[in-house]
Amino acid sequence: MVATPRHTMGDRMPRKEDGRFIRGKGRYVDDIRLPGMLHSAILRSPFAHAKINNVDASAALELEGVHAVITGADLAAQGLAWMPTLAGDTQAVLATDKVRFQGQEVAFVVADDHYIAQDALELIEVDYEPLDPIVDSRRALDEDAPVIRDDKEGQADNLIFFWDAGDREATERAFQEAEVTVRQEMFYPRSHPAPMETCGCVADYDISTGEMTVYMTSQAPHAHRTLFAIVSGLPEHQIRIISPDIGGGFGNKVPIYPGYVCAAVASLILGRPVKWMETRAENLMSTSFARDYRMTGEIAATRDGRILGVRSKILADHGAFNAHAQPGEQYPTGFFPIFTSCYDVPAAYAEATGVYSNKAPGGIAYRCSFRVTEAIYLMERMMDVLADELEMDPAELRRKNFVKKEQMPYVSVMGWEYDGGDYHAALDEALRIAGYEQLLEEQRRAREEGRIMGIGVSTFTEIVGAGPGKKCHIAGIEMFDSAELRLHPTGKAILKLGVKSQGQGHETTFAQIVAGELGIPAENVEVREGDTDNTPFGLGTYASRSTPVCGAATAIVARKVREKAKKIAAHMLEAAEGDLEWTGERFQVKGSPDRGVNMEEISFAAYTNVPEGEEAGLEGVTYYDPPEMTYPFGAYICVVEIDKGTGQIEVKRFIAVDDCGVRINPMVVEGQIHGGLASGIGIALMEVMDFDEEGNHLNSSFMDYLTLTSMEAPKYELGETVTPSTHHPLGARGVAESPTVGSPAAVVNAVVDALSPYGVRHVDMPLSPNRIWSLLRENGVGA
Amino acid sequence: MHIQVNVNGEMREADVEPRLLLVHFIRDYLGLTGTHWGCDTSNCGACTVHLDGEPVKSCTILAVRADGHEVTTIEGIWSGTGLTPVQEGFHEEHGLQCGFCTPGMIMTATALLERNPDPTEEEIRAAISGNLCRCTGYENIIRAVRWAADHRTAREEVSA
Repeated sequence: MVATPRHTMGDRMPRKEDGRFIRGKGRYVDDIRLPGMLHSAILRSPFAHAKINNVDASAALELEGVHAVITGADLAAQGLAWMPTLAGDTQAVLATDKVRFQGQEVAFVVADDHYIAQDALELIEVDYEPLDPIVDSRRALDEDAPVIRDDKEGQADNLIFFWDAGDREATERAFQEAEVTVRQEMFYPRSHPAPMETCGCVADYDISTGEMTVYMTSQAPHAHRTLFAIVSGLPEHQIRIISPDIGGGFGNKVPIYPGYVCAAVASLILGRPVKWMETRAENLMSTSFARDYRMTGEIAATRDGRILGVRSKILADHGAFNAHAQPGEQYPTGFFPIFTSCYDVPAAYAEATGVYSNKAPGGIAYRCSFRVTEAIYLMERMMDVLADELEMDPAELRRKNFVKKEQMPYVSVMGWEYDGGDYHAALDEALRIAGYEQLLEEQRRAREEGRIMGIGVSTFTEIVGAGPGKKCHIAGIEMFDSAELRLHPTGKAILKLGVKSQGQGHETTFAQIVAGELGIPAENVEVREGDTDNTPFGLGTYASRSTPVCGAATAIVARKVREKAKKIAAHMLEAAEGDLEWTGERFQVKGSPDRGVNMEEISFAAYTNVPEGEEAGLEGVTYYDPPEMTYPFGAYICVVEIDKGTGQIEVKRFIAVDDCGVRINPMVVEGQIHGGLASGIGIALMEVMDFDEEGNHLNSSFMDYLTLTSMEAPKYELGETVTPSTHHPLGARGVAESPTVGSPAAVVNAVVDALSPYGVRHVDMPLSPNRIWSLLRENGVGA
Repeated sequence: MHIQVNVNGEMREADVEPRLLLVHFIRDYLGLTGTHWGCDTSNCGACTVHLDGEPVKSCTILAVRADGHEVTTIEGIWSGTGLTPVQEGFHEEHGLQCGFCTPGMIMTATALLERNPDPTEEEIRAAISGNLCRCTGYENIIRAVRWAADHRTAREEVSA
């Protein structure tokens, strides 16, 4: 698989990273084996809420092969029993006073192998005193509700925050004056990113140098190093985080988890490398969940379908510790304020109440940009509720309310400035691919035949690519990103990034960006990321920020390098810099195309024939702070058919038209869209984390936490429009999360449309066969 | 217990506990880390290997059961620089992203093509339905297997 060097920006270049993965030569955290390495296991709480009277690890310590058992009391003695969360709250590393969710970390066993460590867990005696749990967020603020966070001084109830945004009075007026108002309550249930690789690390403390190396499943190694330094007190320059190949992230690998901290502490104590790797059940039960928003949406409109105001109210369940992934304390609901979406809405208001519950802490943005998924789901469901009320075609209602392309750059009533967009064009393209008119005709026939068929539309804008640094930060660090580029004497380049791929294909696409800027083949650019010792500081890969922020940094650093190359070229060609022009492949003297030098020749000269006054070498580094976020958008259409007898939904067709601006590698973009659609359709149909009344987790394995398989996945029909971003140096936007954001509403809208003849106006996700079957029976369908 | 297993054509021996899972024997005793462990319930298929030519989930099989049998892992299906059509198909059709499910998918797809060299899309979907992927949405994996089927036949015709 030695490719001929030829690919550049915009090509469907097969991925450079594939070679090791298809041979089984990927190197994931669990593949790392260091000399003298020990293994570990975590004892977890069987109760959702219980007082801990005592932890007795003496029998476990006596088991042969056990090297240490660390308890909450041991950590408390070092001041490490609690750690800060991304949302400025605290989270127990190992429980000391109480356990607050089922699966919470209670003790950490280090042993010769994983089997012995598991045996040792059985020997630890914990004296629990069960307490009344809060499982339903609607009960969290009841007067008699038990206070979950009694560890926090002054915390007398389960309230985390109250937040609101928008113009309350103007929105109120819009509702008072409107001809039509609609209202719908909906629940976006708790789900989990569940990447194929669970979370884990190998912590390796070198007692002789004082250096701590942590191989870690991290989407943000630099930010994690800083947080590690803050939590542990170790000097930051002596901590090295290496994020090797990562088996999917989807937001799951953004937070710091107790297991990482325990492994590091164990390695410090024992002076040996310690590996911690979650089982699937541990991953599903304890690491960050997503969503869990109870929402009420309202729209005020004219009788002919013009939106006058939108209002939303949220009850947000953040679990036992507020470990919400958010770009700064000003965003307790993330980017939920994008909820007016691609529509020209004159007045809007949102309010949210965040509460603690006895469930795992979170939430993180599962394949989405900080709660935009919830916002878009709310808006897209409400558009259909309004269309139903007005007896209008849902596509027509959307078209009527879109922000027009002439209004760009549009500033929404919630204060976001959109970087271009043509929503009408995207919807038209989706309707064209779907053959919308024929579909409606087909549905009429299906209904006559007694079949239950539905068509769902969802149109949206995303908001991705945080910063700008002045608006967005993680633990105070502004959300810029970085790229460092060096050309070597033979014209081959190494590009080092502050982000970290978890499957997105950075080794290929970022090389293509350099190729496009410097006129060298992408095959000649090696991309490095994930090692804090060898890459510039960056904020990492999540919330679709790699292309918007780090992609921009890469383009700009390449342009910087090209500027220096121009000086060297002028020297080589014995011409004035001003007389040179860049052809895309080389610098040549204007008017004399036979006099030119390409980047390979310039690279060699940068080390052998530098002009006087210039330093040797050809390299640069850029820290890029975006002026705004990017706003990729799309129009999706879903066609479903429901089996009357079983309630089973079949997604017959799924049409997705995405506009992410200029596509760096269309093949990779399409792959990202496929994956995002599978997640979104899975969330709509089957992915859910449920709990019983006692807070027992009901979906703690892949037998119960159902993700889409090849049997349910439809054949995706993709389309595209290209509206370049107005501020990104390449005109590109993020894309990997648009499909997860836009698709759940398309599926639900299709199912509600299918069931609308029976009086159904809304169904909550997941649209499981038993839920649909029950609805059908309630409405007199079937036997 | 003492076991002898032919792994990728080489006889390997070890003293193992009766409870040791085959996936851990392969990964921890033999250092063949291309076989992954993605769940505890044999749902995900990341650990798929061939046992006497049949695809099995190695997290569901005890290492002692492989005593006296032949095991093929992802490391054993290609030699030197040559790749199998299935491996090439995954590269050509962008059938992988994070790569974690990929070895299991390739082992399953390889077994499918052994018994059915010309599978329909539906047959491919059914064959890989026990292997979960969270990145690709399966579309390009299906194309990759189809690519392999097309090129496998072409090669056999050339070599025949």
